[in-house]
Amino acid sequence: MSPIIQGLLTIVIGVGGCIGYFYASNLILDKVIFPVQAKNPGRNINRANMVRPWLFLFPAMFALSLYLLYPVVGSFWRSLFNRSGEEFIGLGNYASLAADSTFQTAFLNNLLWMLVVPAASTFLGLLVAQLTDRIRWGNIAKSLIFMPMAISFVGASLIWKFVYANNPDIGLINALRFFFGASEPLDVLQLRFWNNFFLMAILIWIQTGFAMVILSAALRGIPEETIEAAIIDGANPFEIFFKIKVPQIMGTIVVVWTTITILVLKVFDIVYTMTGGNFGTEILPSYMMSYMFRDDGRATAVAFVIMLIVLPVMIWNIRQARQEMR
Amino acid sequence: MDNIAGTKSSLTWAVHISVVLLVIIWLVPTVGLMVSSFRDRDQITASGWWLSPLPVTQNFAVKAEGDPVERDGLFVLEGNVFGEGSGTVSEFGGRRAAPTEFAIGETGALTRDRTLTVQADGSYVYTSPAEIKRAPSIYFASETPPEFSLINYEQIFNSNGMDRAFINTLTVTIPATIIPILIAAFAAYALAWMEFPGRGLLIAMVVGLLVVPLQLALVPMLKLHNAMGVGQSFLGIWMAHTGFGLPLAIYLLRNYMVGLPRDIIESAKVDGATDFQVFTKIVLPLSFPALASFAIFQFLWTWNDLLVAKVFLPSNSESWVMTVKIADDLLGSRGGDWGILAAAAFVSIAVPLIVFFTMQRYLVRGLLAGSVK
Repeated sequence: MSPIIQGLLTIVIGVGGCIGYFYASNLILDKVIFPVQAKNPGRNINRANMVRPWLFLFPAMFALSLYLLYPVVGSFWRSLFNRSGEEFIGLGNYASLAADSTFQTAFLNNLLWMLVVPAASTFLGLLVAQLTDRIRWGNIAKSLIFMPMAISFVGASLIWKFVYANNPDIGLINALRFFFGASEPLDVLQLRFWNNFFLMAILIWIQTGFAMVILSAALRGIPEETIEAAIIDGANPFEIFFKIKVPQIMGTIVVVWTTITILVLKVFDIVYTMTGGNFGTEILPSYMMSYMFRDDGRATAVAFVIMLIVLPVMIWNIRQARQEMR
Repeated sequence: MDNIAGTKSSLTWAVHISVVLLVIIWLVPTVGLMVSSFRDRDQITASGWWLSPLPVTQNFAVKAEGDPVERDGLFVLEGNVFGEGSGTVSEFGGRRAAPTEFAIGETGALTRDRTLTVQADGSYVYTSPAEIKRAPSIYFASETPPEFSLINYEQIFNSNGMDRAFINTLTVTIPATIIPILIAAFAAYALAWMEFPGRGLLIAMVVGLLVVPLQLALVPMLKLHNAMGVGQSFLGIWMAHTGFGLPLAIYLLRNYMVGLPRDIIESAKVDGATDFQVFTKIVLPLSFPALASFAIFQFLWTWNDLLVAKVFLPSNSESWVMTVKIADDLLGSRGGDWGILAAAAFVSIAVPLIVFFTMQRYLVRGLLAGSVK
């Protein structure tokens, strides 16, 4: 069966199935299990209303538990077994990870990514948000800086492969170096340690737009009186920005920062397409992919390490959400 | 906002210049890719894309065919490097290693006392003391006018199988966008407008699951898919994308639905509407902006995804999506073919860019609903 027909069929079955499920289950609940026409209509309506939320929730909760909740446990369990999955080796996978120099590199690189990418994206995003706020064509500028958000990490990597190319007739970096008098092309992706920053630049290029959009909205939400008061008190633009505006949007800055931090831990595409993890650029997600299909024990162990790094952010997020609900 | 008090900042010009600079830096890489994708493949490596409107100096090689004549004890071969055509030669050479070692009109000395002279109009004279048995090669540099064409695009679609990858991407994306919306909308309604014990806990769970790294799910879920008989297939990737997209979908939609006016929903209930009717007739139509936001997110995410496609789709070339095709096939086997790479990348980012520029409003709204609290 051709995938297109299969796709159309899936849409029909999926959508029809969803609607059918919700409609039929509600109908059965109201007409068969707790019918209003029965002896105790009031009690039956109340009972039906107690069950109904779970009818609405069931498909989503089932899929969530299966695809996200179970894997947390399943992955951890699998990481305790050896490569073939037959022999229980406890924390053996973690021990061999810790001893593996590639893993150490990946871990340290990942820490570097987690420091640099969110900081740079948030800073640049804030800068652009503040600068474009004041000018008439600001919206066009914002939309152009926001554009990389729509581009896949693979596409973005390819775009930057052109910029970083060794050939000075293709790569802008080397063209600029030749323009300023260099005579030998330089492959920036093979430059130990610094190549990490050239890879990070790609993610920063993508994420600045995200930070900008959110921070720009936050900047607009600042009450005008505070700024007016500062101007009357004689504050200069820099003081207004750093002492009046930034403190008021600190909460949003933190949200943007953590969102990008989480993203950094998931993106394997850039390293995979640009260097394949060579030249000391491995990060945890790409390191995991190099074990995927080869050694599931190792792969799940790496995934669980990523999970452990994410955990504090997760707990903090849940706390925030609970506070808001109160 | 800074000139509320009537002061116009003197920094305005500096602001304009810095924004222009930032926009240029942000745009240049993409523009470079776009320009390159339309350029002739040999021209891409001969001059930078930023010089693409100018003529390009390229190196060529021709075989000096023809009948040598014997003159003064030398065998002489005459002709024109352009054959029937015309052009301007700027430099020439007789060896592959040094294709531009001689200037125009100079008598270039080759090995074994042979000589070669090429004029600007392309006419050449080749002499050799010994009989010329094989046609010698002449290397020369010549300016060619800039060439823009769709050849790269034709090639990736006709012979590289990009058409197949494009259709595969579309096939993965559309069901994976539509199905989670429906499932999530019902759940979001329950979490927003129905009272039941454990609601707070479930919302907290959704928030927590928002950040669970996908990587965790890969191994256990692939195993489960194999056990269920789904294996690596389109069905598998649709299910996976649905599962992975749900937390964001529920979160976004619930946040939006909670903000709907309570009066409307309560008066509908007073009028005897069931929850199902309230949901389908009132809440769902009113939530259109949020549904659109999530649909765009999910569309961009599934279209651009590489990780899930690599794991949950079969690894044969029949079912490659575009990202996998580029990352695993084109970059590997055609690492140096910049024209093909540029065209392929541009094809893969064209659809998201169109979606982005036409639906930016919803995208921004979704981002704000998801992050600013």
